[in-house]
Amino acid sequence: MSNKEIKNLEEIFNQRIARDEKIEPKDWMPEKYRKTHIRQISQHAHSEIVGMLPEGNWITRAPSLRRKVALLAKVQDEGGHGLYLYSAAETLGISREEMYEQLHTGKAKYSSIFNYPAVTWADMGAIGWLVDGAAIINQVALTTTSFGPYARAMVRICKEESFHQRQGFEILLSLCKGSEEQKAMAQDSLNRWWWPSLMMFGPKDEESPNTEQSMKWKLKRKSNDELRQQFVNQTVPQAKILGISIPDPDLKWNEEKQSYDFGKIDWDEFWQVVKGHGPCNKERMTARVGAWNQGTWVRDAAVAYAEKQANKNLNKAV
Amino acid sequence: MRDNLIKYILGIADNSLILGQRLGELCGHGPNLETDIALTNISLDLLGQTRNYYQYIARLSGNNKTEDDIAFMRSEREYINVLLVEQPNDHFGYVIARQFYYDVFHYLLMQNLQNSSDETLAAIAKKGIKEVSYHLRFSSDWIKRLGDGTKESHQKIQEAIDDRWVYTNELFMKTEADELLINEGVGVNVLDFKEAYYQKVSQVLEEATLTVPDEKYYQKGGKEGIHSEHMGYILAELQYMQKSYPNLKW
Repeated sequence: MSNKEIKNLEEIFNQRIARDEKIEPKDWMPEKYRKTHIRQISQHAHSEIVGMLPEGNWITRAPSLRRKVALLAKVQDEGGHGLYLYSAAETLGISREEMYEQLHTGKAKYSSIFNYPAVTWADMGAIGWLVDGAAIINQVALTTTSFGPYARAMVRICKEESFHQRQGFEILLSLCKGSEEQKAMAQDSLNRWWWPSLMMFGPKDEESPNTEQSMKWKLKRKSNDELRQQFVNQTVPQAKILGISIPDPDLKWNEEKQSYDFGKIDWDEFWQVVKGHGPCNKERMTARVGAWNQGTWVRDAAVAYAEKQANKNLNKAV
Repeated sequence: MRDNLIKYILGIADNSLILGQRLGELCGHGPNLETDIALTNISLDLLGQTRNYYQYIARLSGNNKTEDDIAFMRSEREYINVLLVEQPNDHFGYVIARQFYYDVFHYLLMQNLQNSSDETLAAIAKKGIKEVSYHLRFSSDWIKRLGDGTKESHQKIQEAIDDRWVYTNELFMKTEADELLINEGVGVNVLDFKEAYYQKVSQVLEEATLTVPDEKYYQKGGKEGIHSEHMGYILAELQYMQKSYPNLKW
């Protein structure tokens, strides 16, 4: 294809994005659009399956049968989200095995929040309330993104995530209505998860290299800082209902902005975790790579069996 | 009568609890996402059934007992699940072998329990059999895939089938509560389907090109509350919160 032809196609493509039309897998798209989407969707899928680990850690120890069943169902939903997201990325010409390979070798990232440890039962509440809460804010924006399979996956995922968020809030509400010990457990959990949750929206706008292009492609509708602010504004009143305090002495209502001012994020910590040196980065990867490697013989058996069955059927047909 | 009925229900429900707990350990660590999700589903079904049974026991017990008192607050000797379900996950072959041996039994049990003169138990069984028939299909399919897959998978599943075989006979040992409840028309006489059980097991194993074990020495004890050394660790996790923070609501 000549440069001129490509330019024409790009022009048509940009017009379609401007008209808010969905781009489908078989449509022409610029190579950079394809690559960016593979990167973002697979990163999102990886976050779902790595995100199963900190909560999975509490399934066997959940404090009641009702909570155990709800937690299992939640972690299972995350596995399901991983599945649709990997499928959405596969439509762009990458296999699930290649994506796993990128995760296992550290080439692909996942949300850094899952590199923090879930050390008490209250963390099951905080993860649902704050982490899923932050995820929803990011994801609602993606339900109208330009790439069709991603936008549709997001609609479904958002519905389930908002259920998870309510479930998390309700776990904390039970603790806050309970004994002093339970309330202290809830407060301690908020203290540990608050700042990492704010970091989930990514670096400050001026340090976010992909934002401008992603905005053009409607892969992003709002900037990191705008989304972060929305999260703070939404979450502070919820903490008041719970009766626990947000661990930020600089947090205060700004009448003029009609929004909360909040303290400075520790960006050194953010970059430390992103670069692989958070509290659980190594454990998470060991768990994922371990499960994959230990499962090799099982997957091989399934393939070998399917081939034998196909041959048998073929012989029957002949 | 009430105490025997409670004991009879516990004999079924504790199996679901402990097997559900064992499967819960695997969530997020399966050989692929699809299998991970399927095993979690089975765990969810079993724990859902456990809740139905324990809620019924709580009603029968009175004294404001809850399902959680029954699930979490007993001593090890008071759990009467069979040894089979408490066996560790080891590798995926062991997960499947344990599941398969239990599912064949569970399916036959539910089929018969539907006719119980106790309406609550019959209703739980009617709902449960749909779930259990899916479990049995899942585990039988994997027995076949692993048995007739690769050389390595064949050897691994055969090893697991052989090692877990010794726990199958306990499924058919009748307790005193069983005897009494069978006479009342509430309980199921497991001996009625023992032959059907071993026939079904052998049929699937043969189809999977596996050898049916011929070991004649079996293990028992779970039904009397005498468990394997694994049980203490299962309960340490299961009861951790309730024992560390007694009498609280979560």
